[in-house]
Formats: sequence, C-alpha cells, structure tokens
Amino acid sequence: MSLPAYSFAYLDEQTKRMIRRALLKAVAIPGYQVPFASREMPLAYGWGTGGMQVTAAVIGPDDVLKVIDQGADDTTNAVSIRRFFALTAGVRTTERTAEATIIQTRHRIPETPLAAGQILVYQVPQPEPLRKLEPRETETRRMHALAEYGLMHVKLYEDIARHGRITLSYDYPVLVNGRHVMAPSPIPSFDNPKMHRSPALQLFGAGREKRIYAVPPYTDVVSLAFEDHPFRPWKAEAACGLCGATETYLDEVVVDDRGGRLFVCSDTDYCAERRKAGHRGAAAGHALAAGEGG
Amino acid sequence: MSAVPLLAVRDLTVRFGRRVAVQHASFELWPGEVLAIVGESGSGKTTLLRAVHGDLPADGGRVLYRLHDGTLAPLDGLAEPVRRHLARTEWGFVHQNPRDGLRMAVSAGGNVGERLMAAGMRHWGRIRAEATQWLRRVEIDPARIDDPPRTFSGGMQQRLQIARVLVTRPRLVLMDEPTGGLDVSVQARLLDLIRGLVADLGLAAVIVTHDLAVARLLAHRMLVMQGGRIVESGLTDQVLDDPQHPYSQLLVASVLQA
Ligand SMILES: Nc1ncnc2c1ncn2[C@@H]1O[C@H](COP(=O)(O)OP(=O)(O)OP(=O)(O)O)[C@@H](O)[C@H]1O
Ligand SMILES: [Mg+2]
Ligand SMILES: [Zn+2]
Repeated sequence: MSLPAYSFAYLDEQTKRMIRRALLKAVAIPGYQVPFASREMPLAYGWGTGGMQVTAAVIGPDDVLKVIDQGADDTTNAVSIRRFFALTAGVRTTERTAEATIIQTRHRIPETPLAAGQILVYQVPQPEPLRKLEPRETETRRMHALAEYGLMHVKLYEDIARHGRITLSYDYPVLVNGRHVMAPSPIPSFDNPKMHRSPALQLFGAGREKRIYAVPPYTDVVSLAFEDHPFRPWKAEAACGLCGATETYLDEVVVDDRGGRLFVCSDTDYCAERRKAGHRGAAAGHALAAGEGG
Repeated sequence: MSAVPLLAVRDLTVRFGRRVAVQHASFELWPGEVLAIVGESGSGKTTLLRAVHGDLPADGGRVLYRLHDGTLAPLDGLAEPVRRHLARTEWGFVHQNPRDGLRMAVSAGGNVGERLMAAGMRHWGRIRAEATQWLRRVEIDPARIDDPPRTFSGGMQQRLQIARVLVTRPRLVLMDEPTGGLDVSVQARLLDLIRGLVADLGLAAVIVTHDLAVARLLAHRMLVMQGGRIVESGLTDQVLDDPQHPYSQLLVASVLQA
C-alpha cells in the first residue's frame, strides 16, 4: 500500500483499543448505549462515521467487507466507504452477503440470512429511542437504568390514537434481551424480526452522538407493541418486478419520465442472485436491471 | 385507624445553600386523612412537599412510609427503583402549574394512560377505557381524549393532572396549591371534585394552600408554617376557631377582616 501516513484501517491503535473496549462493554450489556470518544473521520457526520469507526476497530486483514446503503452496494456513500477500507486496510470487498465477514449498513439488513461469524455494523444517527419524548439526557439515562419504559409505549399509544394502528415503520423500538429498549437505527420495521436471535454479531455506531451499542449473537430482540395491536412489519403489497420475490422489502422506483413505477427489491445483491438463479418478475428484462446482476 | 401512620415526617430540614427553607418539620399522616399546610409565601410549603415526595434531598431528618407489609420504611433507605416505583404507583404529586405535571405534547388519553403503561399495562383498549373513565370522573368530556392539554382551560388542565395521578389508585396524594391561579368559580368546582374523589377513594392527601377556606373545606387537620417552621398543628376547626400561635392568630384574623 502507498499510504504510509495512515495506520491500518485509518485509526491509530490507541483509538481502536478505546473503541474495542466500548464494544466489549456493549456486547456484555446487550442494547445498552456505551459512550465513546468519537473521532473525526475523513467523512462528514451523517455519512456513517460511527459505523466506520466500529468497522475500523474490528476489521482485520483477512476480513471481506460489504457496505450497503438502503440495501444497495452501488450508492455513492457505500462505494466511498468500501473504497476507504480497501485503501486503508487493504481488505477484500464484496457485494455478496454470503461472502462478507463484515457488513456495514445504513437503513437495511440484508435479505440473505446472516450466519454465525458474520458481523453487521449499523450506522446510527440517533441512538436514543426516548429522545423525541424526553429531551433531557439525565432523565433518559435514568429511565434506562431503572428500565422505566412506560414513555415508549405512550408514543405507540399516541400513534394508534391518531391513526387507528401503529404507523411507525422505521427505527421501530425494540426490547433487547428483555432489558434495554433500543433504537435499531432507521431500518424498516420489516427488518426488525431479522435482529431476533440472529447468529451474527450486531454492532451499532453513532458518531455524532458518541454512542456504541450491540446485540450479541442469538439475543432476543422484540419489537414493542400492545396485546391488541401486535407488531406488524410493514412492506408494500407487491412482488419484485425484476426477480418476482414476494418476501423481500421493496423500493418503489420511478422508471421513466411518464410516471411509470416499479417495485424492486431494495437489497440489490439478493435480487441479482435470484435473477441469476432464474427467477423472473413481471418486468424482467427492464432496463433497470441492465448492467446489474452480471 | 391502624396503629401505624401512612406517612411520618421526622425532624425534616431542607437548605438551599445557607438559606434554611424547612426547619425540623415533623408530622404524621394517617390513611384516608387530609392534611392542609398553610402559611405565607416563602414559608417553605412547596419545599416541604417536594422533600416529602423525594424530589429534594433532605439535609436532616427522615421521611417514613408505610409499606404493604405494615412496616414503616425510611424512604432514603429504599433503593431508587423501589422509590420510583412507589412514586408512580402509590403516590401522586399534583403541581401548582399543570405544565410541570402534564406532558403538553401528548394527548389527554396518553397523559392519563402513562402511569398504567409504566406499570406494565399493555392492552391499548383497556388503557383507553380506563382513560375515558377517568376523564369522565374529573368532568372532562371524553370526546376530548385525543386533544393535547394545551388546548384545555386552566381548570381542565388541573383536573387532567388529577386524573393522570389517580389512575393507578394511589394511597397518598400530595397537592401543591391545586386551585391556585384559577377563577373563583372554577376553584369552587375543583375543590368539590377533589373533596368527592378523596372521600370516594379513601385517599390520604397533603394539600398546600394559601387559602384557609380550602383548608376548612377539605382538611381534617392542618399545619401552619412560618419561616420554614411548623408553628402550629391540630384539627382544622380547632386551629381556625381557636388559633394558639401568634402567627396563626394573625393569619386567621387577616382572613376574617378581608
Ligand atoms: N430552588 C430553590 N433555590 C433556592 N432557594 C429556594 C428554592 N426553592 C425555594 N427556595 C427558597 O426557600 C424558601 C421556601 O420556598 P417555598 O417555595 O417552599 O415557599 P412556599 O411556602 O411554597 O411559597 P409560595 O406560597 O410562594 O409558593 C424561600 O425562601 C425560597 O426563596
Ligand atoms: Mg409554593
Ligand atoms: Zn428482486
């Protein structure tokens, strides 16, 4: 490599040790937010600096890194983070979920079930699930310490009172290990069940808010709800136009200038793999799929 | 009456820096009893109430509360989770300013339901039914259940605060000038309501007030405070009809003259 000025994976060893200590504590207390001394990264906050610091602290030369943004491997953000680690750590990168040992993500959990040994690193903008209801940090900290989570249900109560059902569909709060209420980051509630007893290690990094938290493998992750208004993960009632999948989270995309729309898998790798395996949707062969899945 | 009081305050002292706001205050409260605390502005009434509720640390003395097993436990000896649990199930605090006791951005139903949810109730329909019933009980039209309290009048906000507290059927309610700042006619209606609820639910209550008429109407016993000290205590009628301490005499005389 030709970047002698940088340590392996950019951060110096002392910083990585500090982050690893925070991660160990986070793993020991599932769902608990551990403060850490967030460092400047060569990307602005809001571009996943929390996730990048976590990835930098756990990545090794033999790791294979995948980065997704809203399910896609090819957005500017995903590409630049992948390139960053290819340069600073010299690691192999991939778009295949099954091949990756570390997956850094913003807004999605891959459709392909994760396996033991894989690490999912989430980029988190707001780690505190109670923040909107209780702006005082001292109060939210005490609520977590004493497991006083009535307020979280007040939020869901209000949603049902206003709309007749729970309409919250992103960053849907979960109870981790029967103890801590946690913000899963702005993933769709559709992905929440994938966190429950996942064989993978799930790590969460919030750069601006300087918090790290974790869900160790095989940990209970339960979405909050009421007995008479159970949790229902939301997804569009449609099949992927390209691969025909009905069990995936779909994005609605505008496909031409006449307002034509198409539902497609938000997980581009999953969709491409299905098409490779011969699955075809109603709009198979659409220009949208060209250049993909090869 | 049982042999153990519900609440016992022993020699309580609270300081703000060098200012002593409450000095060596002692009193007991029995189940189902209403106690009024009267005294001029700055005499330490709110401070005493907040210290009893555990919102302010005491600089001396203790507050003891009778637990369900009948033992009188010092509150500072209970673990914080236990104390907070008691505070949101068995006790209630009604603030003088409803803004301090309500969540202004949350609907009336959410405000009343919060303590139920905090206590673990997870059935939306039942929470809603309880909230509806409590709104009716404090004379708020249940059709307003989804409105936020900022759209309510001062009297309604105060009644909502009371519903929010009573929904868990507390044993003890502390009220800081619950009728302060309201029109006279609104005050009278609220006092009637409080009197009815206290009697129906067999509540023990401590009510801080400027107004001797409030004490006369609601309280079995009363305390008179001056300069942080309790200068007189006794049955309400006795204190009002035959005050012993010069300050109590002054207080009663000034009302009679007005
Ligand atoms: N947070 C505080 N910091 C400093 N001093 C305080 C504080 N709160 C109250 N005090 C002082 O303590 C004394 C008692 O105040 P407190 O509010 O208890 O009186 P009060 O009897 O409730 O008066 P009022 O009838 O006006 O409500 C006053 O001298 C007051 O200035
Ligand atoms: Mg006061
Ligand atoms: Zn697809």
